[in-house]
Amino acid sequence: MSNINNLDEIRKIINQQRRWDLAFTVAGVIALMIAVLTFIVLFAHMLIDGAPRLSWDFFSSFPSRRPEMAGILSAWVGTTLVMIVTALSAVPLGIGAGVYLEEYAAKNLLTEIIEINISNLAGVPSIIYGLLALGLFVYQLGFGQSILAAGLALALLILPVVIVATREAIRAIPVAIREGAYALGATKWQTVIDHLLPYSSAGILTGIIIGLARAIGETAPVITIGALTFIAFLPPSPIKNEFPFLSFEWLMAPFTVMPIQMFNWVSRPEEAFQLNAAAAGLVLVVMTLAMNGLAIYLRYRMRKTIKW
Amino acid sequence: MQTAREENSISIKYKSEVKNLNFYYGAFHALKNIDMALHDKKITALIGPSGCGKSTFLRCFNRMHDLYPGNRYDGQIILHPDDVNILEQNVDPIEVRMRISMVFQKPNPFPKSIYENVAYGLRVRGIKQRAILDERVELALRNSALWDEVKDRQNDLAFNLSGGQQQRLCIARALATEPEILLFDEPTSALDPIATASIEELITDLKNKVTILIVTHNMQQAARVSDYTAYMYLGELIEFGVTDTIFIKPKNKQTEDYITGRFG
Repeated sequence: MSNINNLDEIRKIINQQRRWDLAFTVAGVIALMIAVLTFIVLFAHMLIDGAPRLSWDFFSSFPSRRPEMAGILSAWVGTTLVMIVTALSAVPLGIGAGVYLEEYAAKNLLTEIIEINISNLAGVPSIIYGLLALGLFVYQLGFGQSILAAGLALALLILPVVIVATREAIRAIPVAIREGAYALGATKWQTVIDHLLPYSSAGILTGIIIGLARAIGETAPVITIGALTFIAFLPPSPIKNEFPFLSFEWLMAPFTVMPIQMFNWVSRPEEAFQLNAAAAGLVLVVMTLAMNGLAIYLRYRMRKTIKW
Repeated sequence: MQTAREENSISIKYKSEVKNLNFYYGAFHALKNIDMALHDKKITALIGPSGCGKSTFLRCFNRMHDLYPGNRYDGQIILHPDDVNILEQNVDPIEVRMRISMVFQKPNPFPKSIYENVAYGLRVRGIKQRAILDERVELALRNSALWDEVKDRQNDLAFNLSGGQQQRLCIARALATEPEILLFDEPTSALDPIATASIEELITDLKNKVTILIVTHNMQQAARVSDYTAYMYLGELIEFGVTDTIFIKPKNKQTEDYITGRFG
């Protein structure tokens, strides 16, 4: 114990402890590499296999028994339309519920139970939502195996994400700003519409995009409600030549989506279909990455304009 | 001569009277049997050590406590000339906040333009005509000594202003609606000495226009700006009177100890 003040002794101890820093750095880099490299290898593999298949024809052709003729037209149109239904239903419901819970609901036991359950809902396996949608939308409400039923099923799936994102974005607004609005004589509604929603819009939008990016890759619930795996026609066009120019027939049309098209091709024995699956996977990954990239950009912009 | 006449009339010209006010945060009894009055178009300062309830008291005047569950008022704050008790359950807190404005401890401009910040209280009151908004915004900015600095950049974000300018913007925002009482909750505690001096000067200039109640932890500030001072301790009003008397010849030993720095 006497050499605790000995400088050489202290240096020795420091060097010993430093070794743990080094050890953890090495372990951390390995852990990171396993995660990142796996993704890079997967993506590169898909790129090498799929990229040669990407052409205008691939996007504008229906699926076919001959792999070199097959394309993803019905799949990407189906995915786009389902996503539109999902966004249009999940966004108002999610923001409404989030604002209500954060700003209007009385802080009591019931609210707390609801809050806990909403967070739990985000963890429910997606196939359960598929079963719910099958019973409720497909049979009970008679929507059939349609774009509408699929869009609503995925909306249920991402609703907790939108609600939580809304609440967190609103909660990030400083109390002083909220009190400032109330102190000027604003009502709750004026405070929400003039202040809370505008200041939290980037955060809410980020949540919506992350939710949609999750929904776009979902397969299980869409299969459960009965999406087709082979479809050689498009839903009726939403725009018509004669009055009233808009048509909602497409909502009730049968459909397929990108992940199901991929799944279909992967399950075929021919090598050439595997290449199609890789190409479709590439498109799907790029779509998801683009959406996440947009979310990151929005967050970055929000941080630049609003500094609390 | 004029001042002498004013001195004679102040004793009866109350803007607001507080009668036996008690306030509870849930089970915590935060304000105890407070009786005092706000003199019309004068500045009243609330002083006392941290946690004595001076901010809690201030926030009773615009029913800010209604925003949070579990708070309870008991007693009266009478607002003249219509003699309404603003703590009454059937009095709408939003109506109270339209008559009594507040400036907060830290500048809290909205992340909007300078113009929109000042105009917001007017918009809440349903004023939409651009000409009226322009005129009222300009008047409020002039009254808060900010007009010359911002007249050419009213569409800039309020966050681009300095801290002192932001606080004067918040004062302009509170003034634009022509409140009957203006509440200040330690308005200079987040500001540097130069900005503090300009805010104090502004508050002094405002007293002919509006009745002012200011919470401050800075006794020199209370002595400099206020006409009346109330000393609070542990939720009770210990002494209330003309500022000069409180600072020079306090009646209460506790007040004297606090003011002379022996305690607090």
